[in-house]
Amino acid sequence: MAIIAIQELVDARGLSCPMPIVKTAQAIRTVPSGAFVEVLATDPGSVKDFAAWARTTGNELVEQTSDGAVYRFVLRRK
Amino acid sequence: MDAPLNLVLFSGTDDKLQAAAVLTAGAAALGRPVNVFLQYWALDAFRADRIAADHGLAPEAGPAGRAAVNDLRAAGQASWAETLRQAKELGGVDIEACSLSMDLLRLEPSDLDPLVDGVEGVTAFYLNAGDGQVVFI
Repeated sequence: MAIIAIQELVDARGLSCPMPIVKTAQAIRTVPSGAFVEVLATDPGSVKDFAAWARTTGNELVEQTSDGAVYRFVLRRK
Repeated sequence: MDAPLNLVLFSGTDDKLQAAAVLTAGAAALGRPVNVFLQYWALDAFRADRIAADHGLAPEAGPAGRAAVNDLRAAGQASWAETLRQAKELGGVDIEACSLSMDLLRLEPSDLDPLVDGVEGVTAFYLNAGDGQVVFI
């Protein structure tokens, strides 16, 4: 199993749409191409939003997990 | 580059401005340019001295809607002005005041919040809008 080194964490828990995506779009610019950004969110809309955002921007959605209350996304910068 | 999203904001109530700010921020996060054109009561809401004031809600909100908006705000939802600030930080968002509305409201550019990039007429707005959709809120 590959080990992913997270370079930047976006804690978007408690933020409503579209702030989790906005904070992530801001954060991913601060890391180099190929680096990983982890996002924590509680907005249920973020599941579809992160998939759509990754598809549109070309950044890769590497991992997506949830414990029921918190959604966790790992993105790799294009 | 995608065609820009062009939002004409007419209403000055907090709920409609919030909806417009969400549309703006979402498009900006996708890297899509956004042109926002402020007319009438929406422009009035961008006055520097009252941008943070309570601008009320659309009539259909009613008391239940008011309570729901208050709950979301108490839970820490970013205001529409803050949402627009974050969207502008991403780049590609241009907010212009309609020059006719500036005359109507007797406003000078210095009366407006720094979120507003400038003043233009409707012709300049259409030129910048290009082939992108125009949404009136």
